[in-house]
Amino acid sequence: MGHVKGLKCRECGREYPVDPIYVCEFCFGPLEVAYDYKSIAKAITRKKIEQRPQTLWRYRELLPIDGEPQVGLDSGFTPLVKADNLAQEIGIDELFVKDDTVVHPTLSFKDRVVAVALTKAKEFDFDTVACASTGNLAHSVSAHGARAGFKRFIFIPASLEASKIVASLVYEPNLIAVDGNYDEVNRLCSEVANKYRWAFVNINIRPFYAEGSKTIGFEIVEQMGWKAPDHIVVPCASGSLLTKVWKALKEFRQIGILKELDTKIFGAQATGCGPIVTAVKAGTDIIRPVKPNTIAKSLAIGNPADGFYASQVIKETGGYAEDVSDQEIIDAIKLLARTEGIFAETAGGVTLASAIKLIKTGRISREGTTVICITGNGLKTQEALQGHTAMPHHIKPSLASFEEVLRQITRGN
Amino acid sequence: MAVKVRIPTPLQRLTQGKEEVEGSVGTIISLVNDLDQKYPGLADRVSENGKIRRFVNIYVNDEDIRFLNAEETSVKDGDEVSIVPAIAGGAR
Repeated sequence: MGHVKGLKCRECGREYPVDPIYVCEFCFGPLEVAYDYKSIAKAITRKKIEQRPQTLWRYRELLPIDGEPQVGLDSGFTPLVKADNLAQEIGIDELFVKDDTVVHPTLSFKDRVVAVALTKAKEFDFDTVACASTGNLAHSVSAHGARAGFKRFIFIPASLEASKIVASLVYEPNLIAVDGNYDEVNRLCSEVANKYRWAFVNINIRPFYAEGSKTIGFEIVEQMGWKAPDHIVVPCASGSLLTKVWKALKEFRQIGILKELDTKIFGAQATGCGPIVTAVKAGTDIIRPVKPNTIAKSLAIGNPADGFYASQVIKETGGYAEDVSDQEIIDAIKLLARTEGIFAETAGGVTLASAIKLIKTGRISREGTTVICITGNGLKTQEALQGHTAMPHHIKPSLASFEEVLRQITRGN
Repeated sequence: MAVKVRIPTPLQRLTQGKEEVEGSVGTIISLVNDLDQKYPGLADRVSENGKIRRFVNIYVNDEDIRFLNAEETSVKDGDEVSIVPAIAGGAR
């Protein structure tokens, strides 16, 4: 039994039935899922959640489905790693890494949102799912969709490197390579979505899809022993993830699972694409679109749809936002790998590097608990590190040759 | 000559299917209110309490009014105004 009341416009509050729609007909605002929190509060307890399988569906009452979960039955509940080495390195008391480099099945947090989107697509009786993407989302829709038996259409810019599309193609979706840039692909997809009765996960299914991001917030609270941390640092592209992490905490507070909530939410972006950070720093509500230029391609949305709401959450919680250069991103990826053995994609470098800046400038206090959200696996963006990693030691297949190198290495230390 | 105003598809029901209508010179908000006389209901869809709605973008000669003078941006004869609903997109 679901607990969804319907869809509601975030701007004007007009209500809509549960349908594959995403824009308010009246004021063009985005639609959001509205729940019956009274009935949810009666339906779940900490204990009940703890007894369920360790996947994102253990919070199903707070997800927008009516029936049983159907997709992503092994997704979510990733480790919350206590990062003592890294904490010491950057001079902070308690640091945790929410490690979404290991979400099943395609190693990014997109597996969460797509699990929810495709379950909803089944409930709406769609036989075809689609998305516009250059990476993580394409992988996740291709993989989850394959197992769930959907026809799949994945739209990408034709100029994308071949290496990046293999990780989608292996699941044999219909991969549509569009002769245009990412913005043009997106525009085309809006037209396609209007004409064909397909479930575009980030267009007409978006209100449901976006709710899947809340599971990161739910898990953080549960894994900290049913407590909310003092600070959470979240990477921003459209800004949706940041707003949903905060929504998760507020929902837990509302239904009584959290007794106290005093968490500050911080945003992280690349300097080459930082419209949300720019607005936060300038203290304005207006998000000025930019042309992205950064190695953090999974965050390169120049005109962020939820940018306004993300900046409001940052303001409301007393957080802040920071942006970092490509070099800082690379350094942070290497630091995370060196100290905690976690290989993050470029977006993870953005998050850690921004967190370091926020700590240095005192926006994040050194006392208290801090969680950084690492949302994707570094194996997917290896080219970003080309020429920036340590080099191998080449030797001949002889013990003498090895020991010569070993002497150099020991001397180097 | 007057101000050319481009109407997006979802609002063309209010303009009897016209993609382009004529607007008055003055500020953007006065232009919107003036259009409402001819096409009742239009101002309500585009603005609220004298402010342009957040998910409606208005361009004067291809520049977003948020980066001009917002609702008080002035338009003169020969200017082109476009009303474009922002459609939510993006991913993270």
